[in-house]
Amino acid sequence: MMYLEKYPERLIDEEGNRLDGRKFDELRPIKIEVGTLEKADGSAYIEQGKNKILAAVFGPREAHPRHLAMPDKALLRCRYHMAPFSTNTRKSPAPSRREHELSKVTREALAPVLFLERFPRTSIDVFIEILQSDGGTRCAGIVAASLALADAGIPIRDLVTAVSAGKIDDQIVLDLDDIEDKAGQADLPVAMLPQSGSITLLQMDGEFSKDEFETALNLAIEGCKKISIMQKEALREKYAAPREEAHEDEKSQEKEA
Amino acid sequence: MSSAFMEIASKIKHKQIADLIKREKRLDGRTLTEYRDIEILVGPITKAEGSAQVSLGKTKVLVGVKIDIGEPFPDTPEDGVLTVNSEFLPLASPSFETGPPDENSIELARVVDRGLRESKVLDTKKLCILPGKKVFVIFVDIYILDHDGNLFDASALASLVAVITAKIPNYEIEDGEVKILEGLQDLPVQDYPIATTFAKIDNSLIVDPTLEEESAMEGRLTITTKQNGNICAMQKGLEGTFTVEEIQKAVITAQEKGEELRAKALGVRNG
Repeated sequence: MMYLEKYPERLIDEEGNRLDGRKFDELRPIKIEVGTLEKADGSAYIEQGKNKILAAVFGPREAHPRHLAMPDKALLRCRYHMAPFSTNTRKSPAPSRREHELSKVTREALAPVLFLERFPRTSIDVFIEILQSDGGTRCAGIVAASLALADAGIPIRDLVTAVSAGKIDDQIVLDLDDIEDKAGQADLPVAMLPQSGSITLLQMDGEFSKDEFETALNLAIEGCKKISIMQKEALREKYAAPREEAHEDEKSQEKEA
Repeated sequence: MSSAFMEIASKIKHKQIADLIKREKRLDGRTLTEYRDIEILVGPITKAEGSAQVSLGKTKVLVGVKIDIGEPFPDTPEDGVLTVNSEFLPLASPSFETGPPDENSIELARVVDRGLRESKVLDTKKLCILPGKKVFVIFVDIYILDHDGNLFDASALASLVAVITAKIPNYEIEDGEVKILEGLQDLPVQDYPIATTFAKIDNSLIVDPTLEEESAMEGRLTITTKQNGNICAMQKGLEGTFTVEEIQKAVITAQEKGEELRAKALGVRNG
């Protein structure tokens, strides 16, 4: 269905509140779950505002088709894909040029944390499905995908984290939603490695002066650090809690004996 | 040559390139922030509404602009349409194959598109003929003829020159129909975006990498600036990473190089 898309005249009110009530440096509410899917080797689910995104990882597994296998390292493949029902107007399920590009930059954002040379002749396949899209999906997809890699037990140097910053009503803000992205003046998606501070994804459209760009980049980095904490919590929830439980059980059994 | 030999040869080359760059030198004698010789040929394709061929050293890119009258997108009924496509022709490099555009060619076209679109190179409102019904549709087709590195900057520059020198016919509206008149007019050009691409090789950044230098690069960063010096598009590519300081330094260099290349583009337009 086509809806009339009307953008409000102002995206930030006099008190500095954005349309959804956030301040300039606030993230949308984020919910992360690790190990959502049964059959994938690793998986994660993220909700960020209205975004709903699933990521799954398979591998390292025998590379198919075989001629793609590399003798000295694993082949990393990523697919960023949007469901036809994820947007206001139905999106054709065939991968668009945008999805091809985002698949490429997502792969390049994740590759630096992997030890691909440890798994020659195999492939590691990362699938990101955008079930509902509301701005900032490439970054949320990377956040989920790096957790799915960890959940698959694949060795990684760090958990890649990502978020965008941008400019709306001449102000630099964190984590644009769909309306802010479309009606705003600039968008800067960033992915980084929280331990080293290395930037692994950087794209930008709109208009920034040099100073605005630096402010936005720093704001995105601060946002990345906050999301990084949530990622670790989500991993702990899946792996640390059951382990503690098992530990408790052991202790009580020892007592009984 | 066997592939094993090629691999050893490329490793030796890689080391040589990296060692030179550490001493702020390059194989062809350029400084780290120097472009190769730039040649711009305006209008080689007379059947196209606009065209330009740009050489960056031995890299050669031809861009043709075709313009049609078509329907606007439903969400922007009063704006003309701009689309960018790129073809990595198999005659341009032994590594290019025939077939549908791969992710590299899609990325290139989308980065050039972002530069043109986000800088608002054309006033798309002025490309509207009948709101909701008829607008000018600008097709920018990038043809890579010879690949010796830095396709992004060569393609962006050729696309810019082809667009700002393209012409549309004079027309009038008669009973809701478009009537083409004699004579041509310029497109409503408002800005001059310039892309500057950096290759990261062993923790140094260089501009305008040759193909040989690209074979040693870990990361790529393209920054597009507008006439007022502001940034309008960015794209990081490849699996290498960048530090915040490297990005900040690159922005300053991109602003300087942007001015330099913009003067060249404007020179050919006015000359």
